[in-house]
Amino acid sequence: MEFTLRVWRQRDRNDPGRLVTYKATDVNPDMSFLEMLDVLNQQLVARGEEPIAFAHDCREGICGSCGFVINGRAHGPGRGTAVCQLHMRSFKNGETLTLEPWRAKAFPVIRDLVVDRRALDRIIQAGGYITVNTGSAPEANTIPVPKPNADKAFDAAQCIQCGACVAACPNASAMLFVASKVSHLGLLPQGQPERDTRVLRMVAAHDREGFGNCTFYGECEAVCPKEISIGFISRLNRDYLAASRRARGALADKKEDAA
Amino acid sequence: MSVAVTGTPVSLDAKVPGGPIEKKWDNRLFELKLVNPANRRKYTVIVVGTGLAGASAAATLGELGYRVKAVTYHDSPRRAHSIAAQGGINAAKNYRNDGDSVWRLFYDTIKGGDFRSREANVFRLAQLSVRIIDQAVAQGVPFAREYGGLLDNRSFGGAQVSRTFYARGQTGQQLLLGAYQALMRQVDAGTVELITFTEMLDLVVVDGRARGIIARNLLTGEMSSIVGDAVVLATGGYGNVYDLSTIARQSNATAIWRAHRRGALFANPCFTQIHPTCIPVSGDYQSKLTLMSESLRNDGRVWVPKRKGDTRPPNEIPEEERDYYLERKYPSFGNLAPRDIASRAAKEVCDEGRGVGPGGRGVYLDFSDAIKRLGTEVIRQRYGNLFDMYERITDENPYKVPMRIYPAIHYTMGGLWVDYNLMSTIPGLFVAGEANFSDHGANRLGASALMQGLADGYFIIPPVVADYLARTRLEKVDPSHPAFTAARLEVEERTRRLLGVKGSRTPESFHRELGKLMWDYCGMSRNEQGLKKALAQIPVLRQDYWKQVKVLGDDASLNQSLEKALRVADFLELAELIVTDALHRTESCGGHFREESQTADGEAKRDDANFAYVAAWQFTGVGTPEVLHKEPLRFEFVELAERSYK
Amino acid sequence: MLPKSTVGKKIVMAVTGLILVGFVIVHMAGNMKIYAGRESFNAYALALREFGADFLGYSGALWIARVVLLVAVVLHIASAYQLTRHSRAARPVRYVQAKAPDNYAARTMRWGGVILLLFIIYHLLHFTFGAVGYAPGQFVPMDVYSNVVTGFRVWYVSLFYILAMVALGFHLSHGVSSMLRTLGVEARRTERALNALGPIVAAIVVAGNISVPLAVMTGLIG
Ligand SMILES: Cc1cc2nc3c(=O)[nH]c(=O)nc-3n(C[C@H](O)[C@H](O)[C@H](O)COP(=O)(O)OP(=O)(O)OC[C@H]3O[C@@H](n4cnc5c(N)ncnc54)[C@H](O)[C@@H]3O)c2cc1C
Ligand code: HEM
Ligand code: HEM
Ligand code: SF4
Ligand code: F3S
Ligand code: FES
Repeated sequence: MEFTLRVWRQRDRNDPGRLVTYKATDVNPDMSFLEMLDVLNQQLVARGEEPIAFAHDCREGICGSCGFVINGRAHGPGRGTAVCQLHMRSFKNGETLTLEPWRAKAFPVIRDLVVDRRALDRIIQAGGYITVNTGSAPEANTIPVPKPNADKAFDAAQCIQCGACVAACPNASAMLFVASKVSHLGLLPQGQPERDTRVLRMVAAHDREGFGNCTFYGECEAVCPKEISIGFISRLNRDYLAASRRARGALADKKEDAA
Repeated sequence: MSVAVTGTPVSLDAKVPGGPIEKKWDNRLFELKLVNPANRRKYTVIVVGTGLAGASAAATLGELGYRVKAVTYHDSPRRAHSIAAQGGINAAKNYRNDGDSVWRLFYDTIKGGDFRSREANVFRLAQLSVRIIDQAVAQGVPFAREYGGLLDNRSFGGAQVSRTFYARGQTGQQLLLGAYQALMRQVDAGTVELITFTEMLDLVVVDGRARGIIARNLLTGEMSSIVGDAVVLATGGYGNVYDLSTIARQSNATAIWRAHRRGALFANPCFTQIHPTCIPVSGDYQSKLTLMSESLRNDGRVWVPKRKGDTRPPNEIPEEERDYYLERKYPSFGNLAPRDIASRAAKEVCDEGRGVGPGGRGVYLDFSDAIKRLGTEVIRQRYGNLFDMYERITDENPYKVPMRIYPAIHYTMGGLWVDYNLMSTIPGLFVAGEANFSDHGANRLGASALMQGLADGYFIIPPVVADYLARTRLEKVDPSHPAFTAARLEVEERTRRLLGVKGSRTPESFHRELGKLMWDYCGMSRNEQGLKKALAQIPVLRQDYWKQVKVLGDDASLNQSLEKALRVADFLELAELIVTDALHRTESCGGHFREESQTADGEAKRDDANFAYVAAWQFTGVGTPEVLHKEPLRFEFVELAERSYK
Repeated sequence: MLPKSTVGKKIVMAVTGLILVGFVIVHMAGNMKIYAGRESFNAYALALREFGADFLGYSGALWIARVVLLVAVVLHIASAYQLTRHSRAARPVRYVQAKAPDNYAARTMRWGGVILLLFIIYHLLHFTFGAVGYAPGQFVPMDVYSNVVTGFRVWYVSLFYILAMVALGFHLSHGVSSMLRTLGVEARRTERALNALGPIVAAIVVAGNISVPLAVMTGLIG
């Protein structure tokens, strides 16, 4: 197979960047997209051109390192597929493919197709955990978790923190990501004590990082490699509503105590 | 340990505590010195690597109040290779009431490791296994559950009990997220400083003690000296020496190799694990081999056609013309025979010309019986994501056609030598997770690496590091110390040299060549002739590398070619040691199969009289022979027996 | 005044949206009374003003409703404005090759909202104050029936109403589902069911409302 690639090249944050056109020839349909780029990069280096930078590691769709936009679609045309798991057989021979990095203020471009997604870690840092020091855990089977809840928590927990939801969202919102963590922990009995503070703090961190707000376009869900449902965003909103009500109640109680 | 400096072979002392085996860890805990909570904040511990072992260690040390610097080359701790572990984690909970116990897990692991691991370590691992599950559940790890709401288990290779806890096919992911979240909590609390996009390129030893690292910021190329009171390496395995493997592409050996060059002994480097169930190679562009979790062997049956060169599609081969060779050869374990054995058996049938798929390098893993018995839905629930992954890669539907699988490099049992306290031969340098050699002997059982990484990180590293800090008087050191400046200059010189060669071949092409050489001569089965050939070729390749490598770009921004070049340079040195070790160990054991040492029916033949020891190698210079030290293995609680799965 | 977080603002938008949606539905139902004839339609307009007059005075209840609506519209627009700005800023560099979102209605929310605002202003000046769209003396306070009929006899006024209703349709067809999600309603089985709800509500409201100018122009009423 043969493709014309228009690839975003940008040296660093200060470089304005541009699309550069390359030809990919002799592409085997069983190659993964990243393998196609590997081969192209080898050719570029042979010609003395710097290879195209793209992030990757596991190449199994689980580490969340990879990701760029192919023809306007985050992670390309596959459903429930990270770009490392996308194979060239998903494309038509001779197609022109435009590759761009995730675009969001919160994801500055590092180089070419690599962006800095550490904003997502800072959101987790703000409350995406259960407070339990090592050693203090009770016997694992002390608290049964109804299977449907456990399964649903797992569905949410699958998020690989790739950032495709942000890339695809017309508002550059990371709400699907935040919702997945809030729901994962909020669905388990272990996550209840911090349920309120977690959602309030994580949403605040999300906004602080400069992600947009969710207006339910649903684009995120369509590109999410783990097919995480926007139903979890509804859940997040519900938790948020309940939490802010209780937080206000708590505040009032405190005032009363003080009086 | 001063032995390492002299270069004369000695017998290594692992400092195993006294007492009966089930009391050893308790005894050790009691002997360990503590650091007063108020003083902990005065100590800085550098943790390199944020996979299961590193993240759990860093989080726990942070909780205890130490100042922790957690370093990773990833942008986020959660990208570590551990994230990819699929099948599960063992623990001796005996929830199934099927006769499991700490003792049995201990015994299975020792036997699985072909009696080449240290008893006391393995016992401690089995003991701690139960607490790991408690910890993970409390963190919100969504393990699979039964309808009653309690935890579910499945079986894994090398065991006849169901003791594997799992979260669909994403157990490593969920466990790592638990540790990652605990770590991020400490980052928020200010006890852990997370240093991302930063790769350790050297270890700094001051007055014989590990005091810090030299690390390169991958985004700016800036070289920094990070100073601490102790260093924990949790940088994972070195399987990527082989290039094509199931291991994440960025995983590399630089951290442990550089520590080795600074004096840490490297133990059992030739103990590499080849996993029997991976998707076969499809072309020479291939970058990565994908594992199909071993858990699939719970329900899948492995077979090849009885006849050589049978090219009929699998569904047209009648039952009586199929050879379910694992069930035939190992009736009591059948398809759940341990990895080394299943891998070799696959190689054997393919070597006989009965392999299937392109190039005849593959065997079938067939689910049709299980689907008939349990229905598609049950199979989908158990393995859905693996089946999807398989279909995505191969474009074949495993619900209808049997999977094709072939062995691939997967794990490295070898690693830096550590004593019972996980301390290497450099005082103050601790090693955790796959990076150390500790618990798996010559072969690791499935679902035991996650267990080991977390036991190391959550439960062992924190008290032993405390003990070291409490017992040691450490001078104040800062980055201007001559040892730091010297190490830093060396590293800068190394990067400059790589950029300066301006040759004609990419680091990738060297890596590929090295990988092929290692796979051919030091892969699933090894012989003297092949190993010697490899030993002759590797130094040549290494010299070529420094003359011909081509690394474009500069050292002031993200430069992935340079990262790769630095890693491949170290692989080229490590490879030689792996082969040296393989050549010296003329017995077969576990993942190390020497063709010269086999039984009449082709099974591995151990040589306990001569090789019941850990081989720990000491670096003496690039290209000069390493010095072999030995840690004799004594088996007080299990009997050295022939390892049979028949 | 508005909450600080994006989710908080969005909730304000949803709550005010809920009030507005409630109003539009009731208003549409009220409009249907026009088919019952002049007397009953005018009586309905009067009833609205006399409702609770004993306690609140003539038009009292109506004024309360007006204030609620006005506050709702103001808050709705204020949050919409702030969130839109926030989201615009979240993507300073656009894609060279962008893909249009699949959800067309969702894309029209912002401009659609502006059209609605303009429509509301015009609509008030028109049917409530009689300030536009009538020849002098044509507008008769409290003869709502003839005001509507005379008003819609002008074809371009009717056309504008119809177009505005199309805009309303889009706004509701995304807005209703979005609002429910914002308020925490989670689809039990599939998101598709929730997605369908918006268009259904929108279709009912729009069909009812559009029927009025159409009925006038086709002479069905008048
Ligand atoms: C496909 C696959 C499936 C597996 N499934 C299972 C399973 O089901 N059960 C099981 O028990 N085991 C499984 N394993 C094995 C297991 O996943 C690993 O052995 C284990 O996760 C290793 O964890 P670790 O913490 O030691 O290292 P890793 O997870 O490899 O982490 C290494 C860390 O070190 C960092 N690092 C490395 N070098 C440097 C450096 N120079 N500078 C800075 N940072 C550095 C990396 O960034 C990373 O954070 C599987 C392995 C593979 C490949
Ligand atoms: C008066 C009639 C109006 C009604 C019935 C209405 C209703 C709604 C509803 C129900 C929502 C969804 C809230 C949510 O997403 O949770 C919404 C969203 C919105 N409205 Fe309105 N609105 C009206 C007027 C306006 C006006 C006048 C504007 C702006 C000038 C506006 C702008 C918006 C915007 C920008 C959104 C967010 C888009 C989105 O959620 O996708 N609306 N509106
Ligand atoms: C074709 C459809 C519509 C018709 C025929 C119609 C008709 C009317 C009439 C006759 C009145 C005057 C009632 C009175 O003075 O007693 C009125 C008032 C009003 N209408 Fe509509 N309307 C329509 C659509 C809408 C829509 C879509 C909205 C909102 C988005 C709206 C908002 C209002 C408001 C706010 C008032 C003023 C109520 C008051 O304060 O008295 N109308 N409408
Ligand atoms: S929610 Fe989906 S798209 Fe978003 S970061 Fe997680 S896995 Fe990626
Ligand atoms: S695309 Fe964006 S608007 Fe919400 S539903 Fe997804 S985050
Ligand atoms: S490379 Fe890990 S998800 Fe794609």
